[in-house]
Amino acid sequence: MYNFTYHRAGSVDAAAAKLAEGDDPKLLAGGMTLLPTMKQRLAMPSDLVDLNEIGELKGITVSGGTVTIGAMTRHAEVAASAEVRQAIPALAKLAGLIGDPSVRNRGTIGGSIANNDPSADYPAAVVGLGATVVTNKREIAGDDFFTGMFETALEDGEIVTAVRFPVPEKAAYCKFPNPASRYAVVGVMVAKTAGGVRVAVTGAGPCVFRQADMEKALSSNFSADALSGITQPADDLNDDIHASAAYRASLVAVGAKRAVAEIA
Amino acid sequence: MTAETGIGARVTRKEDVRFITGRGRYTDDINGHGQLHAVFARSPYAHARIRSLNLAAARQAPGVAAVLTGEDLAAGGVGALPCGWMIHSRDGSPMKQPAHPALAQGTVRYVGEPYAVVIAASREQAQAAAELIDGDFEELPANVDTGSAQSFQPIHADIPNNLCYDWTLGDEAATDAAFAGAAHVVELDIVNNRLIPNAIEPRAALGDYDPGTDVLTLFTTSQNPHLARLVLSAFVGLAPEHKLRVVSPDVGGGFGSKIFIYSEETVCGWASKKLRRPVKWTADRSEAFLNDAHGRDHVTRARLALDADGRFLGLKVSTIANLGAYMSTFSSSIPTYLYGTLLAGQYTTPAIFVEVKAVFTNTTPVDAYRGAGRPEATFLLERIVETAARDLGMDPAALRRKNMVPRDAFPYATPVALVYDTGDYQACLDKALAMADYDGFPARREAARARGRLRGIGLSCYIEACGLAPSRLAGQLGAGVGLYESAEIRVNPTGNVTVFTGTHSHGQGHETTFAQVVSDRFGIPLDQVEVVHGDTAQGQFGLGTYGSRSLAVGGSALMKASDKVIAKGTRIAAYLLETTPDDIDFEGGVFRARGTNKTKTFGEIAFAAYVPHNYPLEELEPGLQETAFYDPQNFTYPAGTYVCEVEVDPETGGTEIVKFTAVDDFGQVINPMIVEGQVHGGIAQGIGQALLEACRYDRESGQLLSGSLMDYAMPRADDLVNFDLDVVRTDCTHNPLGVKGCGEAGAIGSPPAVINAITDAIGVRTLDMPATPLKVWTAMQAGNAAATGS
Amino acid sequence: MTVKVTTTVNGGQVSGDVEPNTLLVHFIRETLGLTGTHVGCDTSQCGACTVHFDGVPIKSCTLLALQAEGHDVTTIEGIGEPGHLHPMQAAFQENHGLQCGFCTPGMIMAGIGIVERNKGGLTEETIRHELEGNICRCTGYHNIVKSIAAAARDM
Repeated sequence: MYNFTYHRAGSVDAAAAKLAEGDDPKLLAGGMTLLPTMKQRLAMPSDLVDLNEIGELKGITVSGGTVTIGAMTRHAEVAASAEVRQAIPALAKLAGLIGDPSVRNRGTIGGSIANNDPSADYPAAVVGLGATVVTNKREIAGDDFFTGMFETALEDGEIVTAVRFPVPEKAAYCKFPNPASRYAVVGVMVAKTAGGVRVAVTGAGPCVFRQADMEKALSSNFSADALSGITQPADDLNDDIHASAAYRASLVAVGAKRAVAEIA
Repeated sequence: MTAETGIGARVTRKEDVRFITGRGRYTDDINGHGQLHAVFARSPYAHARIRSLNLAAARQAPGVAAVLTGEDLAAGGVGALPCGWMIHSRDGSPMKQPAHPALAQGTVRYVGEPYAVVIAASREQAQAAAELIDGDFEELPANVDTGSAQSFQPIHADIPNNLCYDWTLGDEAATDAAFAGAAHVVELDIVNNRLIPNAIEPRAALGDYDPGTDVLTLFTTSQNPHLARLVLSAFVGLAPEHKLRVVSPDVGGGFGSKIFIYSEETVCGWASKKLRRPVKWTADRSEAFLNDAHGRDHVTRARLALDADGRFLGLKVSTIANLGAYMSTFSSSIPTYLYGTLLAGQYTTPAIFVEVKAVFTNTTPVDAYRGAGRPEATFLLERIVETAARDLGMDPAALRRKNMVPRDAFPYATPVALVYDTGDYQACLDKALAMADYDGFPARREAARARGRLRGIGLSCYIEACGLAPSRLAGQLGAGVGLYESAEIRVNPTGNVTVFTGTHSHGQGHETTFAQVVSDRFGIPLDQVEVVHGDTAQGQFGLGTYGSRSLAVGGSALMKASDKVIAKGTRIAAYLLETTPDDIDFEGGVFRARGTNKTKTFGEIAFAAYVPHNYPLEELEPGLQETAFYDPQNFTYPAGTYVCEVEVDPETGGTEIVKFTAVDDFGQVINPMIVEGQVHGGIAQGIGQALLEACRYDRESGQLLSGSLMDYAMPRADDLVNFDLDVVRTDCTHNPLGVKGCGEAGAIGSPPAVINAITDAIGVRTLDMPATPLKVWTAMQAGNAAATGS
Repeated sequence: MTVKVTTTVNGGQVSGDVEPNTLLVHFIRETLGLTGTHVGCDTSQCGACTVHFDGVPIKSCTLLALQAEGHDVTTIEGIGEPGHLHPMQAAFQENHGLQCGFCTPGMIMAGIGIVERNKGGLTEETIRHELEGNICRCTGYHNIVKSIAAAARDM
């Protein structure tokens, strides 16, 4: 790992200030992706601004039909939270499928979505549940947040502070994990929300996406049967040693059907 | 005294306490005073000519003590890494062995091949400096493919067709005649997938040269430290054997990959002498993926001839085996004498012919990995037998039973050079079928179908040849070393015992099992026996641990040494008890003058041996210490039947192992708990090969695509189930313990059981390993097209 | 440039000067000499480096030593010793839950986490699922699962 200057931030403002100072600073959230990348010498930030001691970024609150999760809340806390399990069980389940227990004890929702790995689970939740990403500067609709592979709408110096999930009528997440990395080969979040049906797919493409054909079919008939005959085009899907694009396309359909069957 | 801890007892392991409390001592836990750290510069190309290496910037980087290349090693008298087993081609010509320098000279031939080393005060400094090496490479065309390697341009200029050898075994004319008269011929193309061993402890080495004594101590993660010392002295020329001490302390798994002599320990040892400082290297996992010898990688066409009743008449096998870019220490023997000789399996097939072409490719060298040749043989045999049963519409168990070597036919000579001493294959099959409720399978399949799942069952009746093995035979077959084992027993003056073995334990539990044997023989408590291994300065010699040889060969040496100790003790006791040795009985730790109450305990005799105040010194030397070497007459032949039952998700291609039954015949078992553990681990590795583990190179660039645990799927707890185990016992007839060896059986027997089960579930004829969800799904999409054969 | 870090390890306060890029596992192994915590991979998958950080299992290869400032770390050496084994350590020996021993400290630390997270009842399926961050090449997990189930009864 290349060396760097370490800063432990005590507040979001302090972190933002440090971020503005360095040559090529990076935020250190859970570190579950950043530190392995740095170990491989694939990243060499000048400064690491550690967010782990910032109390205001942690915690879960549920009120008025919204679950708000602080950016530095660990996956394990979301998975185990009685409030999240009550309000959005699919979200707790999704958090409990990320990585492994030790990773879940460190990894954070803010770090996960800011990294936007194409096979990460949380992007499916943010888009599939129609969440809002809150930063130190503004609020960004989940649909607008993920802009491409490892790309987000975040600007330089912008820090995710929380994610707000509106409680859906019902939702389910179906994941087919990569047997080696345990990332999603395909993950499908299906939700029936006040704003309509949402089907968000992670793992399959270069970036999380909504499956419009499925959303349309489910809007008129929220049942697994409504999805029969709807196929996911394989064009533009990921193709690697673990899964071909055609196989991923097939898993999108299977995953959506199974998610719907769980809650229909 | 020893009934609860002696031979056959389920004793918890003596070595565990240090491991469960974090007090194990592995190579990376050891540091030398003022030690330097080595980081290797590795080829980013699968094949390239090194035009030049500009080392100036690296040499001037902070903390750097030296930057060394292959030319430096050669100038320093460091020889190439040898392959220790000569194979001759069918025309009698010797195999073509390319030079394998510890650091590449002039050309790099696989991604990850080391071509320089940076030695610096810290690992970080060495790594930073290694990035400053400015190499000018001319990239050359690369081939990673086994099947087409012979038609690719030579990877080594002097080796045409990339062909190391073209070896055959068996009677081709008799086999052809058998096919000519056959009622049925079954043909199958089989790929045995390349695997990456992945012992969880990465390899490491620490060279520590003492200029005062001129002794180089090399701490390294070796399965066979004495062999490492021999090779590094006699062939590589690191130091004379008496000036080289190799220590393999606690070693975190090996599975074959830590048998071999690699570049890194060679360089650390040599650099320590050159720099007069300890030099340490510890692999990171990425290096292990690139550089530890891989396993398997065969492409085979097999044909089985049967008569109208389903009796096997002949087997003809043509295999291309990938050796990688260079020959690793034992690589030549794996696809030949550890493979072709196993093709009779448990069956009476009268005519067998096998040809093996070993080829060079631009990949990491391939050598022994758990089972080594025997899994490849078993996989093809048990796949083609299962396929024959399906083609003929016969019950796979019945077809196997019909062709098994009868229990009264031992010793049984196969047409491929082995003589099985003993076995009861039918008993293993019967027991396994009963445990697996084979007869109840159709109902379970129907129940699964109702749940939308495809259920399948698969058998595998394996045999292996292990306990490696008779020196005379190995020598005739081309081995450069003997294959015996040594044991030394030092009875200390206070009556406790220190045992030195030339085998090495890296998870097998020798400190317990060997102590059980000695405790049982001498009638002393288990905690009075200390087993020492892994240090050439302590044990005299040994060949190490691989090929399930430790107990069968090393344990036999221990029995011989025990006999000698008891014989000497008997003579001492006879003198002290005023009788003759013939009238002394030794039992339960007590020497007794027959027919009297006069006794001496083992401890009293030990004390007398070292305090010889009243002692016939003219007849008996003081002391009680004996050494024995044991060289067996034959291999040992464990065998068994494995039954795997799977359910496949037809929508995703995902396979779930729902039941796995294993019945093994290991002869006498010293510690059933440890044996079961070995079988569990072997099965897990076999299931890993069958379902998960895919070593993948990019065909164009030759880059390793499965180069980390993010992409190479190791079996995890949730990929597996609890295994149902039992044993059948027919003792080995030619070693004193009647033991056969259990280390590899699980990895040998399980892959065909898994693939037979999946192909049964989804109704296809062929399915390459690993049967990932993608592959199973794809096979189901192809559907009946594949079922008609290709 | 080194920075001083002060943390609590196995109940005692320790300090050391580390480079910012020093991982917690290297601080534990090299600065403190506690070599029971192992490094088996470089992608945070094998779990051989698992320690408890403020009471929960984490992978010490994926945390900076400086992040431990003011926190509480427990390693395999801190949970029991010969003669006074932690129930999880005892269960691994009793049930032959280890062979080469290299993954074992991480398995034991992860196993304690599994039991503590599932006080209400622990199934084999849960143990197998929650072991997904720890890789063993020797045992086939059969006896590791058995060990953790046995320890759960004694913890």
